[in-house]
Amino acid sequence: MKPPLFAFRAPRTLDDAIAALASDDDAAVLAGGQSLLPAMNFRLAAPSLLVDIQHVPELKGLRIEDRQIVVKAMTRHRELELDEAVRRANPLIAEVMEHVAHIPIRNRGTVVGSLCHADAAAEMPMLLVLLDGSVVARSRAGRREIAAADFFQFHLTTSRRRDEIVVEARIPVLAGDAGFAFDEMTRRHGDFAIAGVGAVVRLDASGKAVEVRLAACGIAACPVRLTKAESLLVGTALGASDLAAAAAAATEAVTVPDDMHASAAYRRRVTATLVRRMAAKAAARAKERIAR
Amino acid sequence: MTRGRIGAAQPMESGDPKIDVAVTVNGEQVARRVSVRMLLSDFLRHELGLTGTHVGCEHGVCGCCTVHIDGRSARSCLTLVAQADGASVRTIESVAAADGALHPIQQAFKECHALQCGYCTPGMIMNILARFEEPTPLDLSDDGIRYILSGNLCRCTGYLNIIAAVRRAAELLGRA
Repeated sequence: MKPPLFAFRAPRTLDDAIAALASDDDAAVLAGGQSLLPAMNFRLAAPSLLVDIQHVPELKGLRIEDRQIVVKAMTRHRELELDEAVRRANPLIAEVMEHVAHIPIRNRGTVVGSLCHADAAAEMPMLLVLLDGSVVARSRAGRREIAAADFFQFHLTTSRRRDEIVVEARIPVLAGDAGFAFDEMTRRHGDFAIAGVGAVVRLDASGKAVEVRLAACGIAACPVRLTKAESLLVGTALGASDLAAAAAAATEAVTVPDDMHASAAYRRRVTATLVRRMAAKAAARAKERIAR
Repeated sequence: MTRGRIGAAQPMESGDPKIDVAVTVNGEQVARRVSVRMLLSDFLRHELGLTGTHVGCEHGVCGCCTVHIDGRSARSCLTLVAQADGASVRTIESVAAADGALHPIQQAFKECHALQCGYCTPGMIMNILARFEEPTPLDLSDDGIRYILSGNLCRCTGYLNIIAAVRRAAELLGRA
């Protein structure tokens, strides 16, 4: 047996799931298991109780309401990725999702699970930070909504309390005139990003940026907004010199030390290049979307 | 035991908490009492004797252990049998016809010499089969095929023949 010993519960209601999680300080929620089970197979994680939430009906499905895409805790990556209404409401999601591991992993892994795992190099936490999304947590104490900026605390660490189940993520719909882009650098497609950058740009009639959002994964202890680069681009036409200045500013956000995948210097260079390319691509797409 | 048929392999004994599971494997209902921490890959191999599902890295990187769960490709090494309770699982043993006639994807692998040692092949075939069965457009460019195969490692072939085999399989299946 690869994973260490644990007890297993598969509740049928959310109340039972919340009670099971509260019954044991070392309990873990099991959704798709695509992050938790590798950690357990390596014995990096050893929860004493697994609460399998796949049979809880309230935790399934997705819907779009009030310009938010509401993704329930058991919604698999692939389900969100292929949903036609989601593709229209926020085409950035599918573009990001192509980089989340591989299709068999996305068939099982859940979006909320990836957010709660909170790997600093993972794409979905970056997306939530980029768009100012949120998660909703439930416990016996009630329900609370946590903004993305307050949720991700450190690599593999969120502000979710032990007794809370994150029941849904709320990803904002993308404005119809917003341009968008995401790309990342990896050794092999589907691996965690050495650095990844997402961008959203909105332009006025004269082609000047009225809104610029930039976020990155893989470069710090959690996904980060590149606020200095954003402010340097707002009000500009995103010309070559504007992009160069923003790219240089973005490198200040690279705080991870050298590791086996890349040196910090290389990550700064990749981050700068991605910021330049993604901001330019998002601006070009904004022009296309306005023209349509 | 006939190769590829579900048999009574040597069960693994342990003092772990147990769970009763009922899983449909290749169309056949099987019910077993197993350790809660038993992985689906170990269940298929050790409990059912279906050794066509291979185990490589056991953390989701290599793709050797890919099977179908409820019609979608999945890593059996990243799934507890307890999670597959009530589910339908399909393995490589069910892909060829009962008379031994190869499935078009297997035929394409054979024609294109898309394997050498064959260790990664069951996972490759199950991944490709699931993607072909998904009702979304197929991108059969080199990049598109590499994207489908990105979750399967092969240490022998250098992938070129596997890419050719996917394209040949698409022809044989009328998807090209």
